[in-house]
Amino acid sequence: MQSTKNINEYILTRLIRISGYSAIIFVLMIFYFLLREGLPTIGEVSFVNLISIRWYPIEDYFGLLPLIGGSLIVTLGAAIFAIPIGVCTAVFIAEVAPRWVRDILKPLVEVLGGIPSVVLGFLGILILAPSLRRLLDLPTGLTALAGSILLGGIAIPTIVSVAEDALDSVPRSYRDAALALGATQWQTIWRVTLPAARSGVVTAIMLGIGRTIGETMAVMMVTGNAAVIPVRWNSLFLPVRTMTATIAAEMGEVAKNSTHYHVLFFIGLVLFLISLGINVAASTAVFKQSKRAERILS
Amino acid sequence: MDGQRKIFISPGSSDARLTRQKLGFGCLTLTTLVTVLPIFAVVIYILIKGLPAISWSFLTTFPFDGVKQGGIFPAIVGTFFLTLGTAIFSVPLGIGAAIYLSEYAPESRLTRIIRIAIINLAGIPSVVYGLFGLGMFVIFLKFGTSILAGSLTLSIMTLPVIISTAEEAIRAVPQSFRVVSISVGATRWQTIRRIVLPQSLPGIITGVILGLERAAGETAPILFTAASFFLPRLPNSPLDPTMALPYHLFVISTQVPGMPVKIQYGTALVLIVFVLGMNLIATTIRSRARAHRQW
Repeated sequence: MQSTKNINEYILTRLIRISGYSAIIFVLMIFYFLLREGLPTIGEVSFVNLISIRWYPIEDYFGLLPLIGGSLIVTLGAAIFAIPIGVCTAVFIAEVAPRWVRDILKPLVEVLGGIPSVVLGFLGILILAPSLRRLLDLPTGLTALAGSILLGGIAIPTIVSVAEDALDSVPRSYRDAALALGATQWQTIWRVTLPAARSGVVTAIMLGIGRTIGETMAVMMVTGNAAVIPVRWNSLFLPVRTMTATIAAEMGEVAKNSTHYHVLFFIGLVLFLISLGINVAASTAVFKQSKRAERILS
Repeated sequence: MDGQRKIFISPGSSDARLTRQKLGFGCLTLTTLVTVLPIFAVVIYILIKGLPAISWSFLTTFPFDGVKQGGIFPAIVGTFFLTLGTAIFSVPLGIGAAIYLSEYAPESRLTRIIRIAIINLAGIPSVVYGLFGLGMFVIFLKFGTSILAGSLTLSIMTLPVIISTAEEAIRAVPQSFRVVSISVGATRWQTIRRIVLPQSLPGIITGVILGLERAAGETAPILFTAASFFLPRLPNSPLDPTMALPYHLFVISTQVPGMPVKIQYGTALVLIVFVLGMNLIATTIRSRARAHRQW
């Protein structure tokens, strides 16, 4: 009887170990399938075509610049208001708000993170875009700006939640020391607490931006889907098309193994590598922070 | 605590600094309102506009007339199946991985790579998951556009949420519990099974629900792996395609000209209730467990 128990335990331990490794396996599998379906692009489409300024797949124009530009401008627009609002909200929740307000606000912000992006896109079409059109007197409200506003709303919960954790983990003694030296609470926040939590706040911002680059549905629904390079000063007020939206909108209609199909996977590969870069950078920042915390404690 | 802090600032000294602090706190309050008010606005607005559409027949009948009339029953059932399928794959795997990371994993390079891989999985764009699901499950494994392919795609996407919250819950169980269990002769697995898992169960359930909530609301991963625009009957097997709430909302708000707004808001409301309902259950379990914790 003892031995069957041992065998069971052995098998279970093995299974647990395998599931532990599964995350690595899945990342590699995703990478492999993107390469498998996306790499043929390099043989089928010339490099000059790929970096050209026309995305018109029906006539074999596969210029990625308009799509990359579209993703960039929408993300940039979102970052401009999501970062200050997100960080300030995190500071308010962590440092200023009384305990009970904080206990309400934190889950509430997480609720915003839980609203499906397709619902935000739906409201974007029905409410945000028409009001932007009227307010700014534009020919259409479905613009990069509308996308940026929605994406900002999607990035804020991530930024608030991660940045608040970082601020919260700054040792109490730091604040007490600053206050004891006669600093106001306001000065303590900006000169002591925030700098001490800097790497965590940077991680929060990076993860928030990462979410905006990868967001698909909301962006596809409100940005108007015009594949033009956003170079002029008023590009924020014109329709654009992002990389994610292009994949989502066109994958349903392409023939398997056509050039267009391969290029869409190639765009997916680019997105995968971007998120890989952001997350590896962000996670090394997290590791640095935990090391510092260990130093402080020891 | 606030009272304690005020002791350090004698009244009347450095008025300018205190004015600046007041101004600053005002700004912070304002930005917080900018964050929080839209949440209420969105939820309440959809509630008001969507409620008139909700009726028993809206929830239990099939759409007709090119989905412009009738109910959303197959989409509700489809989202339920997809969520269930996601749970079947991701829950055992996610909890297993969480147990490994908290109870077995050594402090090694490999463990660090696992953690980086989990963070990466969490950051991969949802549409890229859709591409992967298409390449691997639909085409390579020949599952076709099906509930199975969609559920598998969603489970991999859900995994990081489940792993990280479950690991946090398991780690929170005090080390002394394990030491005592081992010292009275239990094996490592018995300790995990009888002591650690029961103690961390509420936290694990919270993590699982939060992960599944995300899966239920996602559109992009099922776009090319599971979703169908319209089906005259419910799916018969896991290898059938299905309708789904988020995809249905996407279709009726962008692809169907002349779609009645009422049905759109009704669908959005059902989706939000589905997702936020799960969120509410998860947070309730968490806060109750914290209140009743024995340690």
